[in-house]
Amino acid sequence: MSESAGKTSSSSKVVRGGFSILAVIVAFVILWEGYKFIWTALEWTEPVNPSNRTLPHTWTIVGALFQPAQRNGPILLFVELKAAIFTLREALVGFLIGGSIGFWLGVLFVRSQTAERAFMPYVVASQTVPILAIAPMVVVWGGKLDIPQWLTVSVIAAYLTFFPVVINTMRGLRSPQPTAVELMRSYASAPREVLWKLQVPAAMPYIFTALKVSAAASVIGAIVGELPAGFRGGLGRDLLQFSQQFTAAPQKLFASVIVAGLAGMVFVGAITLAEHRFVAATRRQST
Amino acid sequence: MTMVVDARGVGKVFGGGAEAVQALTGIDLEMETGDFISLIGPSGCGKSTLLRLVADLLEPTSGELLINAKSPSRARLDRDYGMVFQSATLLDWRTVRKNVELPLEIMDVPTEERSKRATEMLDLVQLDQFADHYPWQLSGGMQQRVAIARALAFQPSLLLMDEPFGALDEMTRELMQQEVLRLWGETGISVVFVTHSIPEAVFLSTRVLVMTPRPGTINTEIVIDLPAERDLSTRESPRYFELITEVREALRRGES
Ligand SMILES: Nc1ncnc2c1ncn2[C@@H]1O[C@H](COP(=O)(O)OP(=O)(O)O)[C@@H](O)[C@H]1O
Ligand SMILES: [Mg+2]
Repeated sequence: MSESAGKTSSSSKVVRGGFSILAVIVAFVILWEGYKFIWTALEWTEPVNPSNRTLPHTWTIVGALFQPAQRNGPILLFVELKAAIFTLREALVGFLIGGSIGFWLGVLFVRSQTAERAFMPYVVASQTVPILAIAPMVVVWGGKLDIPQWLTVSVIAAYLTFFPVVINTMRGLRSPQPTAVELMRSYASAPREVLWKLQVPAAMPYIFTALKVSAAASVIGAIVGELPAGFRGGLGRDLLQFSQQFTAAPQKLFASVIVAGLAGMVFVGAITLAEHRFVAATRRQST
Repeated sequence: MTMVVDARGVGKVFGGGAEAVQALTGIDLEMETGDFISLIGPSGCGKSTLLRLVADLLEPTSGELLINAKSPSRARLDRDYGMVFQSATLLDWRTVRKNVELPLEIMDVPTEERSKRATEMLDLVQLDQFADHYPWQLSGGMQQRVAIARALAFQPSLLLMDEPFGALDEMTRELMQQEVLRLWGETGISVVFVTHSIPEAVFLSTRVLVMTPRPGTINTEIVIDLPAERDLSTRESPRYFELITEVREALRRGES
């Protein structure tokens, strides 16, 4: 009985979620077109010129998705979706590499204060170095080491993803109450058992929060990683190309930005589903 | 007959130098198999510290402490005792049954045996209907019963309880006291029980140790000579009230 109640509420949640997404899109279109209309009528040009060359109509942008990207080629939407899948694959590999490194660094730092003191400053420093400076180096090194190009892109994505995982893994592993730790000690459990039976399960909500941030960051990392080598096939190169053609056809850039955004949302959405499946279902006391 | 707990001149100092806190001093305690000993005293008199010394979660800084004629750390590694805290400390991602099985998993008890034991324990605390529930679905009293089942699951010879019913309402508390006495009678386990409540200490114990603070020490020992079978009528007997008065006066004397 409680099960069926759970199902109705979750399906009504999906419906409500769908409505709110639709509402946001409608509101966004109204704001966009409203801005264009009012600024044009009043002949304002600040902060953004409302002309079709800088702010194309929303329908022009959506329309661009359904026109061939090149003469006699497939439509832009198809081209960009293919590019998005390509980039998502790089992002996913980077996410897995970065997530694992982040998790194990977190475990190491919680286990060993010495390791935390020695390496944590560098972990923090690594995040203040702009990815735009790191990416070309990784591409060059990757080329020297004969690593496939897509994998160097994944490494750049990993660089952006590991940090939130380190921080949240540490917080999560330290989250159990002191009495829970004493309880494990009273069973004479090995450190390995304390880790896997107490600390890691307790850390799951924290880790999933980080994974959602990391999933979005990995897509950005992959797009940026594609740029320095002019790597073909992914979203990065197209975004660069369309931004160079911005004055001629601004709608193309906006359209591919939408696809890139959707790609990130799909990834974060998948992590959220996994979170509901593995964490939220058994821990509803907080709601 | 070997003592379950044998303490001679046990003391505990936290920290060092100017900031050192003498939490306990000169603790002498001889506890025999089947004893039910309550530690009572004002906050900060070292009750939890004494319990943690017995549990080898802390080490004494002076004196000699033996558990079942072994060092506390040996006793801990032999899983001689089970613990229950004021907060049930259940793992909220595990069902009730899986919580009770936790110590058995760590002790490498085979799966079948584990599930059989968990079933027995949940029967014992009368929660067999709730085996597949999650902790958040249970009341505070039920959660604490799960914690007791978990502590008893590996059949320790000693049960250490630190204000286990401190967070429960009065009615639930009295039911839980009855429950603990029943478990104690059925299992023959020895119990060290920390409490703030005078009636609780008197109702449950074979002996009440009254502690005084700064530095924490055992001030008075009161033997509870109520009949072994205790129930509602015990709570209304004149001897029960006399003993309550005796404990209360001992606590007063400690304060002055
Ligand atoms: N880990 C610790 N470090 C320093 N002082 C402590 C620690 N644990 C307890 N104390 C001190 O020891 C004294 C006894 O504490 P405790 O055993 O918790 O008292 P009780 O359980 O009787 O309320 C208190 O003064 C407390 O501040
Ligand atoms: Mg205490």
